[in-house]
Amino acid sequence: MSPIRTALTSALTSEVTGGIGTSPRRPDGNLKVRGEFAYASDLWHEDMVWGATLRSPHPHARIVSVDLTEAIRVPGVRAVLTHEDVPGLNRYGLERKDQPVLAEGVVRYQGEPVALVAADHPETARRAMRRVKVAYEVLEPVVDVETAAGAAPLHPGGNLLRHVPVRRGDQAATAAVVVTGRYEVGMQDQAFLGPESGLAVPAEDGGVDLYVATQWLHVDREQVARALGMPEDKVRLTLSGVGGAFGGREDLSMQVHACLLALRTGRPVKMVYNREESFYGHVHRHPAVLHYEHGADRTGKLSYVKAKIYLDGGAYASSTGAVVANAATLGIGPYEVDNVTVDAWGLYTNNPPCGAMRGFGAVQAAFAYESQMDRLAAELGLHPVELRLRNAMAEGSVMPTGQLVDSAAPVARLLELVRDKPLPPPSGALDLRDMPGGVANTTHGEGVVRGVGYAVGIKNICFSEGYDDYSTARVRLQVVNGEPVAQAHTAACEVGQGLVTVVQQIVRTELGVRRVAILPMDTTIGDGGSTSASRQTYVTGGAVKAACAAVRAELAAMAGTEDLSEVDLAELLGDRVVDRTAEYRHRRTEPIAPVTGQGNAHVQYGFAAHRAVVDVDTELGLVKVVRLDCAQDVGRALNPQAVVGQIQGGSAQGLGLAVMEEIRTSGGRVRNPSFTDYLIPTTLDMPPMGVDVLELADPNAPYGVRGVGEPPTISSTPAIVAAIRAATGLALTRVPVRPEHITGT
Amino acid sequence: MRVDVTVNGEARRADDVWEGESLLFLLRERLGLPGAKNACEQGECGSCTVYLDDVPVCACLVAAGQAHGREVRTVEGLAVGDELDPVQEAFVEAGAVQCGFCTPGLVVAAHDLLNRVAAPSDPEIREALAGNLCRCTGYEKILDAVRLAARRR
Ligand code: FES
Ligand code: FES
Repeated sequence: MSPIRTALTSALTSEVTGGIGTSPRRPDGNLKVRGEFAYASDLWHEDMVWGATLRSPHPHARIVSVDLTEAIRVPGVRAVLTHEDVPGLNRYGLERKDQPVLAEGVVRYQGEPVALVAADHPETARRAMRRVKVAYEVLEPVVDVETAAGAAPLHPGGNLLRHVPVRRGDQAATAAVVVTGRYEVGMQDQAFLGPESGLAVPAEDGGVDLYVATQWLHVDREQVARALGMPEDKVRLTLSGVGGAFGGREDLSMQVHACLLALRTGRPVKMVYNREESFYGHVHRHPAVLHYEHGADRTGKLSYVKAKIYLDGGAYASSTGAVVANAATLGIGPYEVDNVTVDAWGLYTNNPPCGAMRGFGAVQAAFAYESQMDRLAAELGLHPVELRLRNAMAEGSVMPTGQLVDSAAPVARLLELVRDKPLPPPSGALDLRDMPGGVANTTHGEGVVRGVGYAVGIKNICFSEGYDDYSTARVRLQVVNGEPVAQAHTAACEVGQGLVTVVQQIVRTELGVRRVAILPMDTTIGDGGSTSASRQTYVTGGAVKAACAAVRAELAAMAGTEDLSEVDLAELLGDRVVDRTAEYRHRRTEPIAPVTGQGNAHVQYGFAAHRAVVDVDTELGLVKVVRLDCAQDVGRALNPQAVVGQIQGGSAQGLGLAVMEEIRTSGGRVRNPSFTDYLIPTTLDMPPMGVDVLELADPNAPYGVRGVGEPPTISSTPAIVAAIRAATGLALTRVPVRPEHITGT
Repeated sequence: MRVDVTVNGEARRADDVWEGESLLFLLRERLGLPGAKNACEQGECGSCTVYLDDVPVCACLVAAGQAHGREVRTVEGLAVGDELDPVQEAFVEAGAVQCGFCTPGLVVAAHDLLNRVAAPSDPEIREALAGNLCRCTGYEKILDAVRLAARRR
């Protein structure tokens, strides 16, 4: 074994053909199927020791005292640290620096890190942790989001994190037909399979090298350096293999902890969470309570929408502010409505901290507004798709924020596509394994009813509200063994989505070369921005395209012609190297006006629609999703196979929220931190999917792309719940729908 | 405790193994074979699936000592040199690999299925893989991969 295994140690190369619009092999595919791709939890160093985290058992408590004496005495223990050992600022956070690296005086959620241990063996570290004596004075937890604003303040500024109002048109509008509803969305977990892990290696210059699974290397570095009290150039991050992310790696987990232990012990420190710790170790999707009122005329044309949306941010802010803004600005869905009154609030509580998860604020709102559209359709006696078509926004529509939708918004077409797909055969014609309850053999069709439901959703793509959202790419071209070979370097995190493949495709298309090596992603190059908001193909893709254009300009100057199609690049280059770095920024956005919510806050909108077909065993309350079809506009499919993979995977996460996934809390305590009790869809839960991909180019985006990753997660959930309602006639105002919601017991 | 085990055809020995250690820990941390994954370490996800005497098991549920004197085959032992096993090849081609953290376990489970059933039906594939969680793909392309591998074997 080599003395150190640190993620990608060499460049990734693979197929030598496949530009944009094709689906070449992933450059990391062979390593992954061979079990040789180094994920963060696979990192290894011959001198390494193991780090572990002692966490608070209480959702809210004062720390009276911490006694480390017994823990330090355990043979094999190298270090035991508390907040007193944090040399820099003991606070971090994406939007507000409100979260301690290690708790200081008070704990605000169950699972909050209190102390760290480094030891020779992970079990030694665990045993030592149990000998750290922490005396707590338990405090009353704040757990109800709707009353949290008036509860005892958990942070100096009070419990209201952000309020975003959106006001458009006549605030006193009335309508002939009115439907109201109160909806709830449970707390969903990203449940990425690769647990939080990393390896921190102390460096000779007094700094530290951190190999880690994350979504955003540069913002991690900034936060780590501040906590360590070091200049940023002393903290170097390299991306290791990432086992999925979905928003859950946008905040720090073990990054600062491993670095603190490494610097203290002078040894490389590996930290790996187990599944239970992972549930405590990252933020979740905000649970929400949503009150809606829709008014329409008798033809179904919406007159007004009013909404009050409460999002539970939990103990620390994370990205709650941006989630609130999304819920507010996208809160009425992809519909044209002249009169809008929306208020969204994000609040601190003593529940687990919530932040980014795929769909980011748009998921919660969509469950409510789509449920309302179905209610309204029923009230008017209209088909649910017909009602949506009568109100669907299109290119040229104006958002409730006043923003013009200035590229394709094929909401009606997406709905028609899923509506017109052939329906699956009736239940009973199917294998037992396709029945609700499956091989548990709970029914052979008795008590089983079928339902069909529809939904459509909207998502902002890229970062909004004036954020300087950019990415950096470096492309280098030289001749190796007589052939021109390109290298592409970015800090944009590959988390599974296939960015590495798309970067190769762009370089092949732009430079006409066959071989493209992807260099390890790290902080030796400029910021790549976050792998979130469905933005990497758009923004990092744009940066790679721009770097290629700069390389091509240099080649054109060398060749004395703009047209390189006839030029032999190997001959032209000889032993010269062309090396260019470029940044790409999408068009600027504006802040949201604080009182009216008006402003051109978003870069681009993405849309997807779903049709779900379900069978429900009404006696046991079991649901089998028989079929889930999706139509989505992606602007341009740079890699059609990866696009469909995103749509299928995103739809599966929406299915999970619809019928099974929830972190259940009571009094702020997590009751199900395991895959035994927090269920995610399996092969038996996911039905076959028909996917229609539209490619209506956005003229503002590189190659016309439109972000792909999030929209399918948004409409999947309400479509499935609509189908269960259609089957059962029940109101079902909360997700996930549990068997007892169906049986009423 | 000392554990002697044949892994991917090679005799391996580990000393000072603590009795609470799993076969998964032994493979990953002592024998330098991190291919089998650690997504839950509770027997719920299948990411750690390896063959133990030709039977697929969750390595996280097997004590390291139980593997003493036995044969283990991991995902690292499926390819022959540069030549991928047909199941591995199909996973890459079909787009069944995104983050890939589920992949080693799924590849072993699919390999075992195709050893037992040459041309499995869709319900048979779904049932055989139901113990292997994947969070990225929605499974559709994993099914495609198994069908493709079955056609080619
Ligand atoms: S790690 Fe063994 S089943 Fe999940
Ligand atoms: S590919 Fe990521 S968990 Fe399956």
